[in-house]
Amino acid sequence: MKRLICAFVFCAFMAACGGRDPDAAQYGSAPPLPEPQKQLFPTMKIAEPAAWGGRKPVVPAGYSITAIATDLAIPRQTLILPNGDILVAEGRGGNAPKLTPKDVIAARIKAKGTSPVKGGNRLTLLRDADGDGTYEVKSTFAEDLNAPYGLALIGSQLFVANQDALVRFEYQEGLTRPSSAPVKVTDLPSALNHHWTKALTASADGRFLYVGIGSNSNITERGMTAEVDRAMVWQIDAQTGAHKPYATGLRNPTALTIHPVTGQLWAVVNERDEIGPNLVPDYLTSVQEGGFYGWPYSYWGKNVDTRVKPEDPQKVASALQPDYALGSHVAALGVAFSQPSMGARFAEGVFVGEHGSWNRGDPSGYKVVFVTFQNGRPVGEPIDFVTGFQADGKTFGRPVGVTVDPRGALIVADDLSNTIWRVTPVEAVASPDAATAAPPQ
Amino acid sequence: MVYRPINSLHAVLLAGTVPLFLGVLLADLAYSSTYEIQWKNFASWLLVGGLVFAGLTLLFAVIDLVRITPRTGRLIIYTVILLVLWVLGFINALVHASDAWASMPSALILAWIVALMAIAATWMGFSRAHAGVRE
Repeated sequence: MKRLICAFVFCAFMAACGGRDPDAAQYGSAPPLPEPQKQLFPTMKIAEPAAWGGRKPVVPAGYSITAIATDLAIPRQTLILPNGDILVAEGRGGNAPKLTPKDVIAARIKAKGTSPVKGGNRLTLLRDADGDGTYEVKSTFAEDLNAPYGLALIGSQLFVANQDALVRFEYQEGLTRPSSAPVKVTDLPSALNHHWTKALTASADGRFLYVGIGSNSNITERGMTAEVDRAMVWQIDAQTGAHKPYATGLRNPTALTIHPVTGQLWAVVNERDEIGPNLVPDYLTSVQEGGFYGWPYSYWGKNVDTRVKPEDPQKVASALQPDYALGSHVAALGVAFSQPSMGARFAEGVFVGEHGSWNRGDPSGYKVVFVTFQNGRPVGEPIDFVTGFQADGKTFGRPVGVTVDPRGALIVADDLSNTIWRVTPVEAVASPDAATAAPPQ
Repeated sequence: MVYRPINSLHAVLLAGTVPLFLGVLLADLAYSSTYEIQWKNFASWLLVGGLVFAGLTLLFAVIDLVRITPRTGRLIIYTVILLVLWVLGFINALVHASDAWASMPSALILAWIVALMAIAATWMGFSRAHAGVRE
């Protein structure tokens, strides 16, 4: 009996520490989905932070990358203003109490893989007045915010999604510091805030704002009542602040964007953990008004998650399947549609910032990928665009928000090394026509 | 033959395992019938308490095992029960750490076994024929 128990405990430890989780190539519209696993210990591989030193992230041939701002206080999302200035939202949110022994232990372990810097609770403005690629101005645009994350500009109104409220500043071109305090547009669901980030984007016509609100748990382990008004995207009237749920069952919609041609809302969503290294794929999807995307009852359409009680077969029957799988545990936190100024190969599609996994023996994510679009739909496999965030067992950076500067640059926020990276084509692409004519790489 | 009861701290720790592991069982029963997550939170913490008490009790038992000669069969059985109880309790703590209903039904089965073993160990610990008896 004792030997049996020892063997059992040993196996459990091996399962927890054991190394290889082969890449299941879970990309696209029909990813392979293995059977869910029960694990005594969730498989964990926490990033081991290290300084960049002389290193830099790796970009494709024909592109260069530079750090345009360092020593920030947890940069998450960025916004390119009409004059080319960049606003950076900095902060760290969440106030969910630790309810179980597991909460206490897991929080300590996961904290090792993040920056020790205190969240800035501010917006920083970066300016490159002469257009030479060096952002010589780095100044505080607004402070005393509450874990700001999503940013959107509609005309002269700058919207900031704090972790507890949507607020608005008056903005005119060239402004470096608003003269008045922000005005609250509406409160956002903020009880517990297990997933605290409030993603934000504005509709093409500027009438509405969309806010991504994450679930209050991995898979309802804080109870069903904690999930009221969670795991959904709100549509908010930009002028009145009136809101309604636009789509539900999206576990953690961490970044939202609008397709530049169709005006369709797209999101990247982080799916559930602790049922295996290759479950559940995080995804990129168009967000259908009124759509239900499964959480918590099911994943990737109608695959029932038996961890959720009571069950709801009716909800499962109505669950929509997302458009495009990005791979399990990659933690997509940024999404941005490209422009022809990014070069022919990366002209049509989205960039996705992947913060990287914890619940996997072989880390996944920790890079920025590009998903090609054709006729307004994602196609093919993701292409690595910025990599090299991990090497030799160390982690130098973790990508969060990505934004495309129409002048031909991808801005990547890195919340581990507290850096803003800028990726540009080495030879500037003059116009969309020139981009199409450029030779393939 | 002189009856010597077990050390009083040993006794307190041993007796404490019963309400703690019984609490785990009752809370798990409540969770499994209501799906109310707070019962599972209670069970998780009671289990930690039970493991602390049972672990220290096991330490006392091992010390007795080393000090007292001749080693009686009862003392050995008592110690083995405490050891198995602790290991199963620890495994149950890991089971309880899986989210929501993922812990069921293993959590409840283990809670039954561990609670019954705690009662058995306590029964043995306080019986007159326990290891504390010096011959």
